[in-house]
Amino acid sequence: MAPFPLPLQTLLGTAGAYLVYLAIGFAFGYALEISGFGHSPKLAAQFYFKDMTVLKVMFTAIVVAMVLIFLTAGLGLLDYNLVWVNPTYLWPGIIGGLIMGVGFIVGGFCPGTSIVAAATAKLDGIFFLGGVFFGIFVFGESVSLFDGFFNSSYMGRLTIMDWLSVPTGWVVVGVVLMALFMFWGSEQLERIFGKRDLKAEPRLRVIGAGALVLVAIAVLLIGQPTTADKWDRISAVRQPQLDAREVQIHPAEVLELQQDRKLIVKLLDVRSEADYNLFHLVDAVNVPLADIPAAVDSYLLEPANTVFVLISNDEGAATEAWKTLVAENVANVYILEGGMNYWLALFDAETTSYDPALFTEGDDTLRHAFSAALGARIPAAAPNIHDYEFVFTPKVKLELKRGPSGGGCG
Amino acid sequence: MTTAAQVQEKSGLATKTRVRRVPKPYVHPYLGGLVLGLVLFTAFFVTGNGLGASGGLNRYLVFVEDLIAPEHVDRTAYLLTMAGGDTNALDNWVVIMSAGVFLGGLTSGWFNGRIKFETNKGPQITNRTRWLMAFVGGSFMGFGARLARGCTSGQALSGGAVLSLGSWLFMFAVFGGAYALAYTLRKFWN
Repeated sequence: MAPFPLPLQTLLGTAGAYLVYLAIGFAFGYALEISGFGHSPKLAAQFYFKDMTVLKVMFTAIVVAMVLIFLTAGLGLLDYNLVWVNPTYLWPGIIGGLIMGVGFIVGGFCPGTSIVAAATAKLDGIFFLGGVFFGIFVFGESVSLFDGFFNSSYMGRLTIMDWLSVPTGWVVVGVVLMALFMFWGSEQLERIFGKRDLKAEPRLRVIGAGALVLVAIAVLLIGQPTTADKWDRISAVRQPQLDAREVQIHPAEVLELQQDRKLIVKLLDVRSEADYNLFHLVDAVNVPLADIPAAVDSYLLEPANTVFVLISNDEGAATEAWKTLVAENVANVYILEGGMNYWLALFDAETTSYDPALFTEGDDTLRHAFSAALGARIPAAAPNIHDYEFVFTPKVKLELKRGPSGGGCG
Repeated sequence: MTTAAQVQEKSGLATKTRVRRVPKPYVHPYLGGLVLGLVLFTAFFVTGNGLGASGGLNRYLVFVEDLIAPEHVDRTAYLLTMAGGDTNALDNWVVIMSAGVFLGGLTSGWFNGRIKFETNKGPQITNRTRWLMAFVGGSFMGFGARLARGCTSGQALSGGAVLSLGSWLFMFAVFGGAYALAYTLRKFWN
C-alpha cells in the first residue's frame, strides 16, 4: 500500500477533501479554546513568567506531533517527502517573527487564537482580528516595494537534520529533551513569578514525559527508511511498470511534451559530465546519477505540471535514477527510451540503424564517436518535430501531485 | 460575575442557561497540548499539510479585494497568484480550515460556558485602550505573518513539528520580539 498522506482530492473529490479540512480546523479551534487561547491575559502572562501556558501547550503539541510523524515515517506508514515542510527564507522569517512578537505582546493574540477569541465573543479578539486583516492588507499592497527582501535568503526545504547533518532520530530525541527541560524551567518560573504551588500539579505529567522519551527513543532505534527500503516497499507495483515498458517514452513523445505549454518538461541527463559535454539535448540539465539523491528535495518542490525525463546513453543509469525518484515519491518521472544512443540513431544523419535490444541490454556507453565536445551544438540536439513522422504510443499520464504544494499560510 | 452566578446556583434559581454562563476552567496546559499535538499529527498524516490560520484570513481579504477592485488584484503580483483572473481566492484548503477553527472555537466556548461579550485586559487600562492595542497588535501580526510566510500555526506549530529549520528560527524570533518589549508594556497587562 502506498504510504500516507492520502491523495484526498482523488479519493474524496474536492468537496470531500474540504470536509476533511473543515473537520481538522474544527478540532484545531476546539483544542485552542479548551487550552485558554481565547483569553488574552492568559496569553500575555507568558511574557511575565506568571503563566507559561502558551509555551507548554505549543511545545507539547510540537513534540507530540513530531514523535508521531517520525515514528509513522520510520514504520513506512507516512512518507515524510510528501509532508509539507515550510521552506526556509531565513531573514524574512526572522524579521517577520520579530514583528509578530511585537504584535503578540501589544495585541495579546496571534492570528489563530484571535479567530477563537472572536468566536467566543471577546471584543479584544474581534479588534485584533480586524487589525490582522489590516496588516495583511498593508502587506499585500506594499510587498512589491520590498520584493527583493521578501524572496531573499531562500534555502528550500531545509530541516534541522540537514543543518546539523545528524540522523533524524537523534534530532527527535534532542528536541524532546529540550522541550522537557523547558517545561521544567517554565514550572520553576511559574513557582517564582506566578506563586504557583507545584505540588498541586498532576503526577500524570511526569508519566507523560517518560512516555514521550520512550517513543522518541523508539523513533531513534527504528530509524528512517532509506531510498532502498522505500523502493523495496513499492517494487511489487513499480517493477512491472518498468518491465512492461510503461514508463520508457519514445523520443518523439519527449519532443511533443516540450510543445505542450501547459507542461514543464525537465530533461535530466544522468550521465557523466564528460558524456554530457560530448553531446546532450538542448534543454537537458546534467545531474550525474550519483547526484540524484541530493536533488530529490528540489524536485519535490516543483509544480504539479512538471514532467521529468531521465536520460542516459542506453537506459541503465536512467532506470536507476527512475527507481530513486519514484521511491522518493517524485511524481511524473519517465525514462527516455533508448537514451542518447537511440536518439542519435533517429535524429543524426550519420547514424541509421539501432537494435532495440540495446535499450535495456546495452552497456550504457555512448556508441557514437564525437570528434569534439559538441554539447548541444549539432542539429540532433534540438530536432524539429515537424520534420519527422513517428508512430508511437504516448505513455505520459500526468498524475495529480500527492504532496501538498503550499503550507498553512499560503 | 462568577460569584453572582454561583449565588444564583446555590439559591436554586439558576436555569440551565444560567449555569452554562459559569465558565468551566481551562484544561491543563499539557493536556491541551497533547490534544493539539494529536490534531496536528492527524492533519499531517491524512493531508500532508499542517495547520494554518493566517493564510485563510489572507484569502478572505483578497476575495473581498477582488470583488471591489478586480483590476487592481490582477495587476498586483502578490494578489494575482491568489485571485488573478477567474481564480477564486476562497478555493483553497486553508480557507476551509480557518472556518473550521472559528466553528471549533465557537462550539468549545458554547459547551464550556465561555461565550460572553467581554473585553479581557490588564487591570490598569480602559477598554478603549485595550481595543486600540488589539488593533495595533493585530496589524503587526498580520503584516509579520505575511512577511514570514506563516503565523504561529502555519510556521511555528506545523513547521516546528516537521523540523523545518526556518520555522524554529522563526519561533525563537517571535518569542524574542515579545519578550524584548514585555517589560516596556508591563503596565498594560499587569
